[in-house]
Amino acid sequence: MKFGARVISKGYAEGYALVSKKPVSFLGDVSPENGVIVDRENEIYGESVSGRIFVFPEGRGSTVGSYTLLRMKKRGCAPAGIIMLRSEAIIAVGAIVAEIPLVDLPEVNVVEEIKNDDFVRIYAGKEGWIEVDR
Amino acid sequence: MEILVALGEVFGAEKLVEIKSAQISGISYDNIGDEGLEWLESFNARVVVKTFSNPAGMDLNRWREMGLEKDFFQKQMRIINALKRIGVEITLTCTPYYLETPSLGDHLAWAESSAVVYANSVIGARTNRESGISALASAVIGKTPYYGLHIKEERSPSVRIIVKRDVEPAIAGFTSGKIVGSEIPLVEFERKVSHEDLKAFGSALAASGGAGMFHAKEITPEWMDFETPSEKIVVDEEEVFDECEPDLIAIGCPHTSAEELKRILEMLSRYGSPKKKLWIFTSRNVALQNAEIVRKIEEFGARVFYDTCMVVSPATSEFDCVMVNSGKALEYLPKLRNVAVTFGTLENCIRRAVK
Repeated sequence: MKFGARVISKGYAEGYALVSKKPVSFLGDVSPENGVIVDRENEIYGESVSGRIFVFPEGRGSTVGSYTLLRMKKRGCAPAGIIMLRSEAIIAVGAIVAEIPLVDLPEVNVVEEIKNDDFVRIYAGKEGWIEVDR
Repeated sequence: MEILVALGEVFGAEKLVEIKSAQISGISYDNIGDEGLEWLESFNARVVVKTFSNPAGMDLNRWREMGLEKDFFQKQMRIINALKRIGVEITLTCTPYYLETPSLGDHLAWAESSAVVYANSVIGARTNRESGISALASAVIGKTPYYGLHIKEERSPSVRIIVKRDVEPAIAGFTSGKIVGSEIPLVEFERKVSHEDLKAFGSALAASGGAGMFHAKEITPEWMDFETPSEKIVVDEEEVFDECEPDLIAIGCPHTSAEELKRILEMLSRYGSPKKKLWIFTSRNVALQNAEIVRKIEEFGARVFYDTCMVVSPATSEFDCVMVNSGKALEYLPKLRNVAVTFGTLENCIRRAVK
């Protein structure tokens, strides 16, 4: 499966997918120490985003989330890449500063179509592509 | 500048627009860590517009009283000094609108989510939900990309929320945010609400969801400018939280107004001295303008701390159960401070403190 998306933060990333059905705040929902999801109301509670392609619908909550992405990147526990249905300034800026490839507005509903542990590649250059292996 | 151009491109901004002020989040050492501290220390530019700062992780003068260690103090002060060097004003508050109220239609680049909602909704100024970093970038060039909530048409509501008479605005915001996510609601309050109620509603809405503003029927300045959305949600029941016996009662998320300080003093005068720890958080600026009220509140044995709050300070982590009157604190305290929370109105919080 291969489809287009809008490029927010450039680069190439690959890894196993981790999919959150619900919006994510990088302050409070994810531990900056180890990348583990600490939001108990999320069905992926306890999983780590570290090295994964993190897929979620949209951001929510705190505007400090950009710094959390930077912290995680420097500690080596950031997601390898991020796919969102719709991005906003907080996560966009965090991804750009932390140099984490990020694409949004995918041609298919990635939150439904991509499953946990699918192998996913993000090509975020002049154009954006997402490739999913099953 | 690269950050802003990237943002502008991504969100289809046709131009940059001049801003009256900026406000940056990510000030507490507890939130941004050594990585954020080093990033700020290496930031090599100065702001060109008035730039407010969000609360830090401690009262800059009374941090020992909050139970914090010298190590934390030193790291926090390095962040403050880095901000001073950049030209940021050390206001350390989430309610900059109590220091200087923007005007209707002013363009801003504010980051604190509750202040963004208040500025857009209650004041009618225009700002997107900036990240701490993009707000700082905007402060340096004095401009921000013109997209989203800077454009009138993008401020139209897409869902109606009816808040029943007996639902507290703070809880209504907390519940609504989970339902509407980042959509802009037109809210109809069945009871009369104050500006403090709108502050409580909006801050909770932005914490549990991602909205940058709301309209309130017959109250906020722009509610009549748009068509009434057809989709309707009724908030009629208060969410129930596990009851716990509080060892701290914390007021001031967002920071208390002069009016709220006055009400707290009236209640303490009526009910007597607190038997439990009662911490009140406000801005240094509002406290200094109401010095006599603050002094009397402290004489009753409550503590009024400045520059920080229960959410961003690690001091709160030392307690087991914290009672709050804030929907935003309900969202963050369990996750960031690892404490149980219980909710009450301001009056109920004070009564519980003195019991």
